[in-house]
Amino acid sequence: MASLTISEIRKWFGTNEVLKGVSLAVEAGEFLVLVGPSGCGKSTLLNLIAGLETITSGEIKIGDRVVNNVKPKDRDIAMVFQSYALYPSMNVRKNLAFGLETRGIHKDQIEKTVKRVAAMLQISELLDRKPSQLSGGQRQRVAMGRALARDPVIFLFDEPLSNLDAKLRVEMRTEIKELHQRIKTTIVYVTHDQIEAMTLADRIAVMKDGIIHQFDTPQQLYDNPSNIFVAGFIGSPSMNFIKCKLVKKAKELSVVLENRKGDSFLLPVGKADKSLEKWIDGDVILGIRPERIATGFHEQEGNPQIHEIECAVEVLEPTGPDTLVFVNINGGKVTCRVSPHAAKLPGESMKLMIDMSKALLFDPETQNRIGR
Amino acid sequence: MQIPMRNKLQNPGILHRIENFLPKLVVIPTIAVAAVFIYGFIGWTTYISFTDSRLLPKYELVGFHQYVRLFTNFNLFPPESRWSVAVVNLLIFSVLFIVLCIIIGLLLAIFLDQRIRGEGFFRTIYLYPMALSFIVTGAAWRWILNPDLGIERLIQQLGFGDFTFRWLVDSNMAIYTIVIAAVWQSSGFVLALFLAGLRGIDDSIIKAAKVDGASLPRIYLRIVIPSLRPVFLSAVIILLHISIKSFDLVMVLTRGGPGFSTDMPATFMYAFAFNRGSLAFGAASAVIMFLAVMAIIIPYLYSELRGTRNAR
Amino acid sequence: MRGREPVMVGERSTGAVIGRIIVYSILIVAALYFLIPFFVMAMTSLKTMNDIRTGNLISFPREFTLDAWGKAWSSACTGINCEGVKGYFLNSVQMVIPAVIISTLIGAVNGYVFSKWRFKGSETIFSFLLLGCFIPFQIILLPMSQTLGVLRIGQSIFGLIFVHIVYGLPFTSLFFRNFYVTIPDEIIKAAKIDGAGFFKIFWKIILPVSLPIFVVAIIWQTTQIWNDFLFGVAFSGSDSQPITVALNNLVNTSTGVKEYNVDMAAAIIAGLPTLIVYIVAGKYFLRGLTAGAVKG
Ligand SMILES: Nc1ncnc2c1ncn2[C@@H]1O[C@H](COP(=O)(O)OP(=O)(O)OP(=O)(O)O)[C@@H](O)[C@H]1O
Ligand SMILES: [Mg+2]
Repeated sequence: MASLTISEIRKWFGTNEVLKGVSLAVEAGEFLVLVGPSGCGKSTLLNLIAGLETITSGEIKIGDRVVNNVKPKDRDIAMVFQSYALYPSMNVRKNLAFGLETRGIHKDQIEKTVKRVAAMLQISELLDRKPSQLSGGQRQRVAMGRALARDPVIFLFDEPLSNLDAKLRVEMRTEIKELHQRIKTTIVYVTHDQIEAMTLADRIAVMKDGIIHQFDTPQQLYDNPSNIFVAGFIGSPSMNFIKCKLVKKAKELSVVLENRKGDSFLLPVGKADKSLEKWIDGDVILGIRPERIATGFHEQEGNPQIHEIECAVEVLEPTGPDTLVFVNINGGKVTCRVSPHAAKLPGESMKLMIDMSKALLFDPETQNRIGR
Repeated sequence: MQIPMRNKLQNPGILHRIENFLPKLVVIPTIAVAAVFIYGFIGWTTYISFTDSRLLPKYELVGFHQYVRLFTNFNLFPPESRWSVAVVNLLIFSVLFIVLCIIIGLLLAIFLDQRIRGEGFFRTIYLYPMALSFIVTGAAWRWILNPDLGIERLIQQLGFGDFTFRWLVDSNMAIYTIVIAAVWQSSGFVLALFLAGLRGIDDSIIKAAKVDGASLPRIYLRIVIPSLRPVFLSAVIILLHISIKSFDLVMVLTRGGPGFSTDMPATFMYAFAFNRGSLAFGAASAVIMFLAVMAIIIPYLYSELRGTRNAR
Repeated sequence: MRGREPVMVGERSTGAVIGRIIVYSILIVAALYFLIPFFVMAMTSLKTMNDIRTGNLISFPREFTLDAWGKAWSSACTGINCEGVKGYFLNSVQMVIPAVIISTLIGAVNGYVFSKWRFKGSETIFSFLLLGCFIPFQIILLPMSQTLGVLRIGQSIFGLIFVHIVYGLPFTSLFFRNFYVTIPDEIIKAAKIDGAGFFKIFWKIILPVSLPIFVVAIIWQTTQIWNDFLFGVAFSGSDSQPITVALNNLVNTSTGVKEYNVDMAAAIIAGLPTLIVYIVAGKYFLRGLTAGAVKG
């Protein structure tokens, strides 16, 4: 187990800057998840940590050791790849043993390790099979086994579950989490599935275009995203962003929402304070999660921040436990999550409660969070 | 956490450097060989073509003298100089060769693509000439086209007493015997290209056309064949390339004769450089051949490579 | 291909049946077109000269005889020598085996580097190498014959081996490179992390899965080198000529009485090795053709 410190890493591929100054500090034993859209540089960052690509500038430290010029094999890391990258000509046993053999570890020791890891991942019966004779899930286990056998100080996972079907993915997710709780090795885990990120991570780094936008615990990311990108990326269905006017009435600030019929609603967003002054009588973007617009809330009674609006239902999407209702506010589509029984039919008008205590405001220009 | 080598390689040592350099080291011999024996030699031949070397190479430059010689009396219709005969022959040969190979190859590919029983058997038969050398093919056809005992005799014995077929010794027709043999040898290969192309076509397109009520010939003419365009391009390029290089067949079938009526650039070059002691002149013709091939291949390769890169 | 052109019950009409008959007839006629020349060769090689003068191309021999084969093998005149094609056949064997082995092995390592250990400029270098597949060899004949002379391997089998290795390398490198790019890079990365180096990865991970491409490359090189005529005629001496050159000399000899049966027997002898390769490993043969021709 070792800490990982990344400072001001830049990576150029030819004339293309893929990582634009990334810094991260991962504590020993921590489970870090890197999320971000495709092509944002997650795999590149992982390859740099592994030593598979050279850093253009910056520094990577594993524990107290700067590893910029250390070969992959000497970094004491193990990596699990999206395609599993099992050695096609070797059976599972050989696959697990290969990394140990090249390190000159004694035969008996290797055998013991292979047995232990195989038992841990329940692949003992598969040891004599070739990768081509395994199912996707089994290959995934072998790939993890190969990493585990090495007993490294850091595990690197590059979208290890994205080639599995939905059900298996959820199962393996749980197993990986259990595994981490058992072995407590530092893990850097790349995914673009935000649910995977939320469920697994101690901390999440949200990346886009080679920049880390926010690095925080899952709950913090969910509750206090620092900009529209992070807010929209974390949470499903995605947060609603409603462009609206910020007005000051008495000492209170409110946003103005208007439904398709032209009825407008004034929703208070808190006391007027300096931090928001700049935007008064201008446009802001109201961010509100679908689950904060419903027909009612448990803790509703006496909560002064819950307000009622009325909108015409446009489209319904039942998901089972809830139904998603799409309405039109300020000319844009807004998703609300209501209980299936309360949902009205398309075309009908519906009373909705908005919980403004969790509402966020963003600057339409910079996309950054404002206020509070 | 037993990592024995942990501290050994803190800073990149000499071993480390060698290891980084290893891949380059391994290909350096090939690169050197290619640099000398491909590019260096191309340069060398080009240099010779600007000299007045005869039996032995000489290295004083004489400018474009040999090229001027090549293209004096360069008149294609009717050809006058020996070089223009070679060029005209190449034109006749390549046009006929390409057109016939493509027609035969495409038709057979389409017929073979009709869920034929014994498809593998037919394919094996159609393709075996590709395994033979042009010399063997040429020897066979030289015998078949033999002016006395070959096809002529066969047809005569079938009852057409005054049938004559003496193309092999007819300086106006001999070039076509080379076409016949070359088409026989290469059309199976073109078939294989087209068959692979046909197999790559999305079945659902054809099904959709069927549902729309199109007849089978129409489907082929309007949908299938147009979508084989890249295969046509490859086939033409490859066949053109074979044409320009064709040497073996001419040598074995006609030796460029009668006279020099079936000379092609490749045999022309060989004759002047190796038999008639006119190195520089032969070199000049080789350079022209080289330029012709490159003019065809480089744009093709460029688009191919770019295509695959974009696809990734 | 199943499912294309579903045969519907209603369509099994006379029209459809006639269509099928036409298709098969065309295919059979085409098969005859490809087979008859070989049939003619075989029949002619089994005839006596007398038989040839009185019969025709496709007539059966009145008496089957292997005399022509014997003569072609050991006593026919190829140019000035009258010892049959035996010696030349062996020359070709001696030339093909080392040339194929060496060019294939080097090509494998090259392909490995150009696909899995790319370095700055390696793609460019590779495309320059690739161009070597296309040059008309006339452009290198003169310098090569000079160079072989300087290296003192002119007019010898060694010289031919050398030439075939040099100009086979672009092809073999291309084959292996195109095969190895289909192996995911992640496998190499995993092996690097597991501590394997350049040669270990090649030996333990790449080579064990390379059998198909070795077959393709070996077959391609064998047929190319066996069938080569240009290098053979340009660079061999009278005692190092390959079989193709000998066959050409045989059929083009203008001295004495032409013995077409001997010519045909010699032609079949010259064609047999590659023909056998084709029949045994046709699939790989075709793969090499398309890979060698289309992409390079
Ligand atoms: N070897 C390379 N040479 C040039 N560009 C590269 C190379 N590897 C990656 N890139 C580019 O760097 C960018 C980031 O790639 P990277 O693989 O890190 O993305 P990613 O975040 O892992 O995406 P995904 O979620 O799709 O795996 C992409 O635009 C990619 O095209
Ligand atoms: Mg990735």
